[in-house]
Amino acid sequence: MTATAEKSAEAGAIPSMTVTLKILRFDPDGLDGREPGTEYWEEFQVEAHATDRVLDALHKIKWEQDGSLAFRRSCAHGVCGSDAMRINARNRLACKTLLKDLNPAKPIMVEPIKGLPVEKDLIVDMEPFFASYREIMPFLMTTGTAPERERLQSPEDRARFDDTTKCIMCAACTTSCPVFWTDGQYFGPQAIVGAHRFIFDSRDEGEWDRLEILNDKAGVWKCRTAFNCTEACPRGIEVTKAISEVKHALNTGEI
Amino acid sequence: MATEHEFDVVIVGAGGAGMRAALESSQRAKTAVITKLYPTRSHTGAAQGGMAAALSNVEDDNAEWHTFDTVKGGDYLVDQDAAEILCKEAVDAVLDLEKMGLPFNRTPEGKVDQRRFGGHTRNHGEAAVRRACYAADRTGHMILQTLYQQCIKQEVEFFNEFYVLDLILDGDPQAAGEDGEVAAAGVVAYSLATGEVHTFRAKSVIFATGGAGKVFKTTSNAHTLTGDGMGIALRAGLPLEDMEFFQFHPTGLAGLGILLSEAARGEGGILRNSEGERFMERYAPTIKDLAPRDMVARAMANEVREGRGCGPNKDYVLLDLTHLEPKHIDEKLPDITEFARTYLGVEPYTEPVPVFPTAHYAMGGIPTNVQGEVLRDNTHVVKGLYAAGECACVSVHGANRLGTNSLLDINVFGRRAGIAAAEYANATETTPELPADASAGVEQSVARLRDTVGGSGTERVAQIRKELQETMDRNVQVFRTAESLAEARDLVIELQKRYENIAIHDRGTRFNTDLLEAIELGFLLELSEVVIAGADGRKESRGGHYREDFPTRDDENYMQHTMAYKRADGTVDLSWKPVVITKYQPMERKY
Ligand SMILES: Cc1cc2nc3c(=O)[nH]c(=O)nc-3n(C[C@H](O)[C@H](O)[C@H](O)COP(=O)(O)OP(=O)(O)OC[C@H]3O[C@@H](n4cnc5c(N)ncnc54)[C@H](O)[C@@H]3O)c2cc1C
Ligand code: SF4
Ligand code: FES
Repeated sequence: MTATAEKSAEAGAIPSMTVTLKILRFDPDGLDGREPGTEYWEEFQVEAHATDRVLDALHKIKWEQDGSLAFRRSCAHGVCGSDAMRINARNRLACKTLLKDLNPAKPIMVEPIKGLPVEKDLIVDMEPFFASYREIMPFLMTTGTAPERERLQSPEDRARFDDTTKCIMCAACTTSCPVFWTDGQYFGPQAIVGAHRFIFDSRDEGEWDRLEILNDKAGVWKCRTAFNCTEACPRGIEVTKAISEVKHALNTGEI
Repeated sequence: MATEHEFDVVIVGAGGAGMRAALESSQRAKTAVITKLYPTRSHTGAAQGGMAAALSNVEDDNAEWHTFDTVKGGDYLVDQDAAEILCKEAVDAVLDLEKMGLPFNRTPEGKVDQRRFGGHTRNHGEAAVRRACYAADRTGHMILQTLYQQCIKQEVEFFNEFYVLDLILDGDPQAAGEDGEVAAAGVVAYSLATGEVHTFRAKSVIFATGGAGKVFKTTSNAHTLTGDGMGIALRAGLPLEDMEFFQFHPTGLAGLGILLSEAARGEGGILRNSEGERFMERYAPTIKDLAPRDMVARAMANEVREGRGCGPNKDYVLLDLTHLEPKHIDEKLPDITEFARTYLGVEPYTEPVPVFPTAHYAMGGIPTNVQGEVLRDNTHVVKGLYAAGECACVSVHGANRLGTNSLLDINVFGRRAGIAAAEYANATETTPELPADASAGVEQSVARLRDTVGGSGTERVAQIRKELQETMDRNVQVFRTAESLAEARDLVIELQKRYENIAIHDRGTRFNTDLLEAIELGFLLELSEVVIAGADGRKESRGGHYREDFPTRDDENYMQHTMAYKRADGTVDLSWKPVVITKYQPMERKY
C-alpha cells in the first residue's frame, strides 16, 4: 500500500495512489447467505489522490466495486452533518477528512458512529439523537408582544452564543462520549450545545426551563469532562466549554 | 401493498421552502412533510452569504430599488409582478425569521446588519448598496436551523428519508384543454429505511424539492440535488419553465466546485488573472467584482480562454482576500476561508484562492403563479398543486438570479404556498380518492431495478452519470453554441438508451441507496434533455444563457419564457410564455 506516483503525471497533476479501506459492515437483510444482522469487516482497495476526501474513496467503492455499501451523505463539504463516522477510531465527517491526513500507507478503518443502533453498514438510527435535541426545547421562547421591527441585540450579546449556533447535528460529539455509550438515558453533548445556543441568547426567556431539564438525572451532571466531544466536533465548537458554562449557570444561578 | 396515508396538505421537501410552507400550513390544516433527507441536511443549510431585504438598517434603501435590481439582474426575463411581491415582502420575511430566533449579525445599535452583494444597488444602479442580511457566511445554515426549530415547536409531522417518486393527478394536464380541470390527488413515496412504498392522499400538494445542480459535474450543489420534483412534474405531463437558465457562480473552489460566497467580494475580495490584473475593471467598470454572476463567470472563463488563467494548467483565476484584515475575515467569512484551507490547502490570509465558475442555481423550474399554484400551460393551474423554492419558477430570477434573492424567494413564496395550500384544502370538502393502482408505477420501477441485480444489464449508474455530467460541463456551461448543444443532446439521448440497460448491485430492501441513485439518475437524464432543448431553442444571449453564435439579447423574439413539455412519445416540445412587465421596460444591462 505504498503511495506510488503515477509515471505519466501531467505538470501539476496530483499523484494518485492505492489506499485500503477496512469497513465494518452490517447486513440487515441477510443477503448472500448471511444471517440478517450479520456484522463483518470488509477490505477494499481504491485508486485515489492524497487530496481526496474519505467520502470520495467511499464513493469510489460504491460506484465502482460494491453498490450495496451504504452510508449517508449530501453536501460533501462539511455543512449538512450527514456523514459522521468513526475513521481510524475517531469520529469525523468523511467529507472533511482528507486521505493525506490519515497515513494512507496503512488501511483506513471505517466504522459507524457508536452508541446508536446500526441500520446498515455506516448508517445508524439517528432518531434517539434527534429526540434528545427535541427534549431541550430548541426554539426561541419569549413573553409579551413581539416588537414591530427586530428584537435588538448588541454584537457582544450576539457573540455570547455564536459558537453553539454552528452545530450541524452530525452527532460526532454525542457518539464519541463514553458516558453516552454506556448510559442511553444521557441527553449527550449535542443536546447541551443545542440548549446553550438559546440559554445564552439575550432574546430568549426560556433559559430556566431548559436549565431545569438539563439539571435532570439524564442531563448535564452526567458529563465527566472527557473532552472527546470537543475533539470530535467538525465545526470546531468548544463543546466542553459550552457544557461547563451550563453547569456554571446551574451552580451559580447566573447566566 | 402500499401503506396509505391521508392528509390535508402534503409538502414534499424540508429545505427552507418546504419548512417555511409547513409552518404556515400546519397551523391551518393537517400537514405532512415528506423529505428524502433529514430536514437539517437540506442544502439550504449550505447557503452562505445572505438574504436580501431593503431594511435600510445601515443605509438608505427601498423595495422599489430592490425590485429594479432584481428585474435588471434577471436580464428582463423576470415577471415583474412577482418581483414586486418578492421585494415588498422581503422586509417582513427577514423580520419574521429574526422573531423566530435567527441569530443575524448585528449593527452596533443592535439591528440586523447588512452587507453588499452583487447587482444590489442604490437608486437604479448608482452604487452598491448594503441589502444582504446575514449571519457570518452561514446564513442558510441559520435559516434551516431556525425553521426546523420552529417546526419542532409546532410539532410538524415529518416523514424523514421518504423519497417521493410520483405525483398523482386527477385528470390529464396535456389533454384537459381550456375547459377541463386537473387537480392534485396525492403522491407516492419510497421509504429508504424499509423499502416500502407509501401513498399519501391529499387535498393539496406542495413541491419544495430544491435544485438540480447534479446535471453538471462542477457544482456547488449537494449529491442529493437531482431535480426530483422537476422530473416528477415533467413526467406527470406538466411543463418546466426556463430550464436553459442555469446560474454558474463565479467563485467555486477550482477543481471542486465548492462555493466561496459572493460575500467574499462583498467584503472587499478581488478577482485577479495571471498578470495580477483586476480584470473585472474591464468588464464592469462601475461595480467591477460585484457585477451580476453571469457577467463575472463569463469574464473569468474568458480570461482563461485568452490565456490569462493561473496555475499549472492556466485553468482558473484567483480570488484575492490578502488585503483584508485576518480578524475581519474571521468575523465575516469564517467558513469559506476554512473550505479553502481544508480542501485546497490554501491560507486565504496570505495567499489568493484558486477559483472557477461552478453550476449553482436553477433559475427555471415548475411554473407557478404568485400564489405558488402550479401551471399546466401558460394560463391554467392544477388545482391543489403548488411549488416553491428552487424547484419552482415564479419567475423572480428571470435569466440570472441576484445573490441573496433565493433565500428570500424560499421564505416569501414558501410562506405563500403554505398559506394557499392550506386555504385550498380547507375549502375543499373531500380528499380526492387515489386510483387503486396509484402506487403501481413506483412499485414496478423499484421492482424492475431490483431485478437488474445480477442480471444481464451491462451499464453502471455511476458511469452514465459521469458521462452525462462531463458532457453538460463541456457543452452546456458558461458558453454554448448550436454545435455544442447538438453534441450534448446526442450524447444524452444515447445515455438515456444505455440507462435502460443498467444493473444495480444492491438487492436489499433496507437503506438501498444504490437503487435510489439509479432513480435519481433517471431524473437527471430527463432534465438534461430539457435544459438542452431550451438552450437550443433560445437563439439569443441573456443572463446565464450565453450563445456564442447569438451573442446579443434579442428582445424582439425572445423576451419570453420557454415552457418545455414532455410528450407521450418521449419527445420534448418547447413553447413560449409572455413575460409580465409592470414598470420596467428592457434596457441594456450595463454595470
Ligand atoms: C453553496 C450554496 C450557497 C448559497 N448561498 C446563497 C445565499 O447566500 N443567498 C441566497 O439567497 N441563496 C443562496 N443559495 C441558493 C439557495 O440556498 C437555494 O436556492 C435554496 O436554499 C433552495 O431551497 P429549497 O428549500 O428550494 O431547497 P433545498 O434546501 O435544497 O431542499 C430540498 C428539499 O427537498 C427534499 N427532496 C428533494 N427531492 C425529494 C424527493 N424526491 N422526495 C422527498 N423529498 C425530496 C430534500 O430532502 C430537501 O429537504 C446558495 C446555494 C448553494 C448551493
Ligand atoms: S456540536 Fe459539533 S460534533 Fe456535536 S452535533 Fe454539533 S456539529 Fe456535530
Ligand atoms: S456530506 Fe454533508 S457534512 Fe459530510
